[in-house]
Amino acid sequence: MHPVLRTVLQRLGLGLLTLLVVSIIIFSSLIFLPGDFATAILGQAATPETVAAFRKELGLDEPAFIRYFDWLRGALVGDFGTSFSGRSGGSAGAVRQVADLIEPRLYNTLFLAAMTAIIAVPLALTLGIMAALYRNSWFDRAVNAATLTTISFPEFFVAYILMLFLAVKFDVFPSLANVSDTTPFGERVYRCMLPSITLTLVIVAHMMRMTRAAIINLLASPYIEMAQLKGVSRTNVIVHHALPNAWAPIVNVIAFNLAYLVVGVVVVEVVFVYPGVGQLMVDSVTSRDIPVVQACALIFAATYILLNLFADVISIITNPRLLHPR
Amino acid sequence: MSTKNKQKHGREKGSVLLEMRDVYIDGYSDDKWHPIIKGVDVTLHRGEIMGMIGESGAGKSTLGLAAMGFARPGCKITKGSIMFDGMDLRAISETERRALHGSRIAYVAQSAAAAFNPAHQLMNQTIESALSHGIMPKAEAEEDAKKLFAALQLPDPDNIGYRYPHQVSGGQLQRAMTAMAMSSRPDLIIFDEPTTALDVTTQVEVLAAMRNIVDQFHTAAIYITHDLAVVAQMADKIKVLRYGNTVEDADTRKMLKEPKEDYTKTLWAVRSLYKEEQANEDVVLRIHDVDASYGGGIKVLEDVTIQVPRGRTVAIVGESGSGKSTTARVITGLLPPIKGEVYFNGEPLPPALKDRSKEQLQRIQMIYQMADTAMNPRHTVRDIIGRPLEFYLGLRGAALDQKIVQLLELIELDESFIDRLPGELSGGQKQRICIARALAAEPDVIICDEVTSALDQIVQEGILKLLLRLQEELNITYLFITHDIATVEAISDEIVVMFQGGVVEQGPKTKILNPPFPPYTELLLSSVPQMDPDWLDTLLADRAKKGDVMKASG
Amino acid sequence: MSTETDQGYSAAGEVGAVRARRTMSENIWRGLKKAPPTAWFGMIVISIYLFLAIFAGILAPYGEEEVLDAAYLPSWFDADEDFPWDPRFLLGTDQLGRDMLTRLIYGARNTIGIAVATTALSFGIGGTLGVLVTIRPGFFDQLISRFVDVLMAIPGLIFALMLLSIFGSTVTNLIIIIAVLDATRVFRLSRAVAMNVVVMDYVEAAKLRGEGLMWIMRKEIIPNIMPPLVAEFGLRFCFVFLTISALSFLGVGIQPPTADWGSMVRENATLITYGSATPLFPAGAIALLTVAVNFVVDWFLHKTSGLRDEH
Repeated sequence: MHPVLRTVLQRLGLGLLTLLVVSIIIFSSLIFLPGDFATAILGQAATPETVAAFRKELGLDEPAFIRYFDWLRGALVGDFGTSFSGRSGGSAGAVRQVADLIEPRLYNTLFLAAMTAIIAVPLALTLGIMAALYRNSWFDRAVNAATLTTISFPEFFVAYILMLFLAVKFDVFPSLANVSDTTPFGERVYRCMLPSITLTLVIVAHMMRMTRAAIINLLASPYIEMAQLKGVSRTNVIVHHALPNAWAPIVNVIAFNLAYLVVGVVVVEVVFVYPGVGQLMVDSVTSRDIPVVQACALIFAATYILLNLFADVISIITNPRLLHPR
Repeated sequence: MSTKNKQKHGREKGSVLLEMRDVYIDGYSDDKWHPIIKGVDVTLHRGEIMGMIGESGAGKSTLGLAAMGFARPGCKITKGSIMFDGMDLRAISETERRALHGSRIAYVAQSAAAAFNPAHQLMNQTIESALSHGIMPKAEAEEDAKKLFAALQLPDPDNIGYRYPHQVSGGQLQRAMTAMAMSSRPDLIIFDEPTTALDVTTQVEVLAAMRNIVDQFHTAAIYITHDLAVVAQMADKIKVLRYGNTVEDADTRKMLKEPKEDYTKTLWAVRSLYKEEQANEDVVLRIHDVDASYGGGIKVLEDVTIQVPRGRTVAIVGESGSGKSTTARVITGLLPPIKGEVYFNGEPLPPALKDRSKEQLQRIQMIYQMADTAMNPRHTVRDIIGRPLEFYLGLRGAALDQKIVQLLELIELDESFIDRLPGELSGGQKQRICIARALAAEPDVIICDEVTSALDQIVQEGILKLLLRLQEELNITYLFITHDIATVEAISDEIVVMFQGGVVEQGPKTKILNPPFPPYTELLLSSVPQMDPDWLDTLLADRAKKGDVMKASG
Repeated sequence: MSTETDQGYSAAGEVGAVRARRTMSENIWRGLKKAPPTAWFGMIVISIYLFLAIFAGILAPYGEEEVLDAAYLPSWFDADEDFPWDPRFLLGTDQLGRDMLTRLIYGARNTIGIAVATTALSFGIGGTLGVLVTIRPGFFDQLISRFVDVLMAIPGLIFALMLLSIFGSTVTNLIIIIAVLDATRVFRLSRAVAMNVVVMDYVEAAKLRGEGLMWIMRKEIIPNIMPPLVAEFGLRFCFVFLTISALSFLGVGIQPPTADWGSMVRENATLITYGSATPLFPAGAIALLTVAVNFVVDWFLHKTSGLRDEH
């Protein structure tokens, strides 16, 4: 087998294994729930019969590993069970499927993340590469100080400053990003502007600093000096000598920051009351709606793992040592 | 700026090609600019080869790059003129300089493995400057490169260009880099320590190939190295540099025969040392039939048997990968052998370090190649030398201090060094402290792993003399691991030659170093450059005559 | 550097790295004098925060949970004719009518205190394990390293949210959960840094001498890994501090009535839509401290790594 294929398959296998172990961890968190949990969910008025029925529905009378495989099988086809909310009072009609809660919100979150990525990635790469090429210029110093400040800011600080100035003092964008399925695309983009700018500011700072470091590291390679001493033009040194070796570090930087976006999105959704998975998760944590929390955690973790997996695969397939084995 | 007119005008020796006058270069460190080159002149004629020699920190690489009008990041040329064929490289524009680089002035770097871009085939990199400067069309350049590969004796010259840098060996890469420099037929090539990273047997082939090709095209060259014997084979004249100043300029033969400056003589200081060999029947250390491997993989040692007589020096010589350092790891117990035993004073030593007694550990001490990493940078000399005294001999307080000072005096340092940190010592002083640390344990055997190879010649000589004196005074046994034959001659009584994990032969120095030789020993010994400028010619003629088809490395 | 040609050779006369011998305090002072303005700014800000945190009880004009007047009185910055500024409350009052300035000062103590405790615990766990596995590599190392790999495959904030939903949001739970999750990163770093030291010849020399594990760890390894770990402590503190603030802001971190900056932002957030800057005070307090720590760490890293910008 070609070494590239073999290494990629190994990496994919490892990624799947990680995902499996992570799903076990997320699932087993249920075991640590306190005993009176069912009562807390169903309300004080719940009869012993309803509590017993609820426990049976959760499958608490079955061995853990059987419940795990049931849960995993469901999760694979998008069925995460039923939510705990709306249980108190015993009205079975209010019980909702976790999948139904998540689905529209997942689209919203992906929309916001994609919109941010489209703005942030090209911006950060351009700034980072420029700062590396014009190292120690005033531009580099200014960008360095600005980004060091920005990465120190909590997301909600940036968000409220933007809201105060761009929505309240000057009515440029709406302060709350309330969208629904029927919101047209253009309107959706407009309403998402503030959350997206907030995330962009935070992500760009990180990504730009990492890109700069990666490029500087690359430009310090002896083969770059050799290319200069061969009289290769400045453009060609970058395009022909640096770029083919830059894919792996750059893709890693992008994947790392998109993964970071997954975390940042939670806070920003809450600030702008944006109906996404992050906000759902926070609400469910507050109401201790465990099935929803588990489903959200699994979705976030899977995204995170897949992004890193993607970066590793790109690194592998652009590595000349693996592409052209001895 | 057009450089397309590449008619070979005036390639024979004659008119001045490069003239550097009163060049000053500063380097940036510790938040300050320091002078690195302090007013050096260089004159090089067409077709002439100048050797530039000096020890670490002499500024020779910086000066070599300055001959291209180039300064590394962190360096700047502050004063002087650099005239190349009538152009002042300091005055012309960046674009004009770039047009010269790779077309009329080319550079061959020290580490070819790092200087080749891993993402491109050798061929594309070899012909890149010829193409980008518009010297010849692609097809022609490729054909020419194949001829150059053949001229440089690279295997399979028609196809090797389509391989990637990691697919060929270090010696081959170094030759490919020479082809790369030569592809645009420059007037001047700067060779920056091109063979330093290579084993001696490979070095000979690369040297021969490089010299052959510069002769063939009458290219002028600056050859930078710290090894006088190497430069003697290559250069018409030699410039000796020290601390950024010229010490001496002379024709090669003249400089070797009658050096004017004392400093120049110290450059081959170690070669003037010679120890009279002595035998001893009493064996203190015996490695018997040892096999070893890392993690159960391929055997890195096979059937190794070595006898070390008491109070004598046994030198283990071999190239990288011969297993000489692994042998030391087996003796110290860091790598338990998979077969065979190590006997100390006739008793078998437990194979693993953790099973050995304090007494057994005390009797065998070790000195490392890099004194920098062998001492904890946060311990003072007192801590470093004092610890074994405290640990093995139980010395405390005033007795401890007194013994430390005694040891410092033994290694020709004094009391004033006791509170210094390693960072405040010179290279030679650091190695002396390491010797004192080994002596503090009052050992029978000291294993010296390439202890002088990171040091300048004059410092090496000092360390070797010290080791010889200590042996005489204290009757210590040395197991001396090295790849340098001059060091072996200077210090050993017996020699063990190792090759690919096995012992080729062991015997008294005079026997091993004189014919008849087994084939590998002959190859190794004959590959060591000598101070004689005709050495390489004679060697090549000899090898051709014998029809010696033996190739050292692939 | 001497330029004379040597006649004789003497070991003691060999020129080493000439360095004036100074006491530690002289070295520290020299380092400080060379510190860039950003680092000075950072150190001054950190000192002020520490001062406020330590003497919160003396400096604060009112009690931490004292309800004084009407809710949402304007701060000095927002006051106008319709909402006049009450000179008793420089920064106005919060949603329950407590003094904002008092809550901010107490917030320094609570928020920074919890973040420091968490970071310290995280270093206690991660640092110790990281160094231990380098001296005793093998099964134990593999086990912990793989476990850490898995934990790090889940985004920290998400994992923390999930665990808090199960164990409940008490301060103890918060500290333990964040510390354990963050310890994974400390473990990775200290393991990597210690690995670089363990392969050094001086550690091998100590092993060959027959030294015990604890001696090697204490004398050879720990002194050499301190500078990067100190810098990492600063960075981890920022990260932990921001995570705890984010959790409090989301309502699942430090719970009322404890004065805490993240919660204060949440409690007063609605004021933003009326054009008031009040929620920005606690948010800004968080931002300023993180900026300050980052500036100091940046300078420290630059100094100890020997990285020097060219030119």
